[in-house]
Amino acid sequence: MLDALSIARGERIFVEGPSGSGKSTLLALLAGVAVPEAGEVEVLGERLDRLSSAGRDHFRAHHIGYVFQQFNLIPYLSMVENVLLPCRFSTARRAAARRRSATLEEEALRLLGHLDLGDQALRSRPVTTLSVGQQQRVAVARALMGSPGLVIADEPTSALDADRRESFLRLLFAECAESGATLVFVSHDAALEGLFDRTLRLAELNRALASSPLAA
Amino acid sequence: MAILALAWKSLRNRGFTAALTVASIALSVALLLGVERIRHEAKASFTSTVSGTDLIVGARSGPVQLLLYAVFRIGNATNNISWASWEEISAHPRVAWAIPLSLGDSHRGFRVLGTSRAYFEHYRFARDRGLGFEQGGAFDDLYDAVLGAEVARKLGYGLGQSIVIAHGTGDVSFARHEDKPFRVVGILAPTGTPVDRTVHVSLEAIEAIHIDWQGGAPLPGQRLSAEQARAMDLTPRAITAGLLGLKSRVATFQVQRFVNDYPKEPLLAILPAVALTELWGLIGVAEGALLVVSACVVVVGLFGMLTALLTSLNERRREMAILRSVGARPAHVFGLILGESLVLTLVGVLAGLALLYGLLAVAQPLLGARFGLYLPIGFPGTTELVLLGAVILAGLAVGLLPAYRAYRLSLSDGLSIRV
Repeated sequence: MLDALSIARGERIFVEGPSGSGKSTLLALLAGVAVPEAGEVEVLGERLDRLSSAGRDHFRAHHIGYVFQQFNLIPYLSMVENVLLPCRFSTARRAAARRRSATLEEEALRLLGHLDLGDQALRSRPVTTLSVGQQQRVAVARALMGSPGLVIADEPTSALDADRRESFLRLLFAECAESGATLVFVSHDAALEGLFDRTLRLAELNRALASSPLAA
Repeated sequence: MAILALAWKSLRNRGFTAALTVASIALSVALLLGVERIRHEAKASFTSTVSGTDLIVGARSGPVQLLLYAVFRIGNATNNISWASWEEISAHPRVAWAIPLSLGDSHRGFRVLGTSRAYFEHYRFARDRGLGFEQGGAFDDLYDAVLGAEVARKLGYGLGQSIVIAHGTGDVSFARHEDKPFRVVGILAPTGTPVDRTVHVSLEAIEAIHIDWQGGAPLPGQRLSAEQARAMDLTPRAITAGLLGLKSRVATFQVQRFVNDYPKEPLLAILPAVALTELWGLIGVAEGALLVVSACVVVVGLFGMLTALLTSLNERRREMAILRSVGARPAHVFGLILGESLVLTLVGVLAGLALLYGLLAVAQPLLGARFGLYLPIGFPGTTELVLLGAVILAGLAVGLLPAYRAYRLSLSDGLSIRV
């Protein structure tokens, strides 16, 4: 699909495009749940198209934080348990979290604190009773747990009020910068574009592709 | 382990449906184990309807027939043992005790057994339990009778009740020994054996009520009153069968041979345990069927779990996508659902055990008092543990289906959330 796309480490990329422009496909390729029919996908120096599906699952567990559009949390787990989830599936994330804090819980609480979720009463509530904005911030804490190299956010702000989007983004940026993670942020909200290092317009890329032969 | 913890929390979140599933498994497991325990105990109590007796002696017939009339009071003897032969057998040096049994009469459908006081002393059933008196004691006077527990309960008799014995064993008999009524002096505790349905009198009493009879009818014009009969020689002429206790088990076959080869009349001696097991083989088919039915109930319970897990999968596709996004492999999703079926089955089995023991605690005294059936409240036996293991394995096998389906769904869904 794409001719060529490269994203530098630590970069904050804004991916914009109408539905059907291939956003989901791009994210699936980056997250390693899909492989291209032809061509290469290299993320953080790893050729994903050469890995087995189990290998890509491991890669995702170790290196990728993912934030969905909404309803990010497992309803039967507490806020902290949700944040700890990546550590259940990745020793690398566990080790990284322990390098930053003494225990995994402490690291989860540290991240939640940075995302304005330090309130004890808030933490003990069932996650389904949290506001949408609070749920999205818990999802960011989870994505950043154990310092993954790449954070993928799939329209994480679309369920938020306009005035809350910026503060959410600021927190997201601050945390990604602190852990040195690359951020790929998908949205159709062009107003946010200015806050990012670079914008990727999928519709234009695809048009270019249609008029030129594919050379991966 | 992490996956099992997740499975547990997920089930707790869906507490109501999980509880229903657990309840259906628990009920079916309690039923299965209850049936197994009753089956086991029924067999044990049947095969020990008479215990402590080394040999049963009767006229020559088949072992099961002898057992049926001597122990279960079913059917009739084809022939009797003469008193002289019985005395000679009881006097055998290896014989420790001998209980004569004389059958043929009845009281309102219950068999009347003529015997000696040795019966109350030496008769054993179940695991070496002896006969106990609930009220009164053994017969002393010629016209004393001791009732089995069921006789007293069904007919509403108490001590001092006067009863008339009918000639023959029919439920309604026209030939009755009305001139020689008996007085109830003792009522036995329930045993869960045919003893409960027996009226016991002395051998001499059987002789006394028949002293002026011949060929099943009173001799015309020669009636002897109850008091006149006391003065007569009441040594029995013959008995129906007898129970022997030996001084040593080792002598069993020696005495059995002695009886079987008895030259003066054709006799048969049988080992009760062997004959009882043989008889159980004939009537015990139903117990197997009962177990099969309760196993089917367990299968139904597990199908309830299958339905609950399968229907929950669609609404849990978001959960699966979230788990995939944090690094869970499809195999983890498979393990999660399989883990849930394992947790449901395990909790169901434990709840079923708790239910069973609760019911046993309540039912044990009742069953013991009413039917003499003693259900021990002990740790599950080997068969029961095997059954429980089979239930858990079946639960896991049933869980494979929704687990595989979730695996396929999470492979095809990837990180996309479909609701």
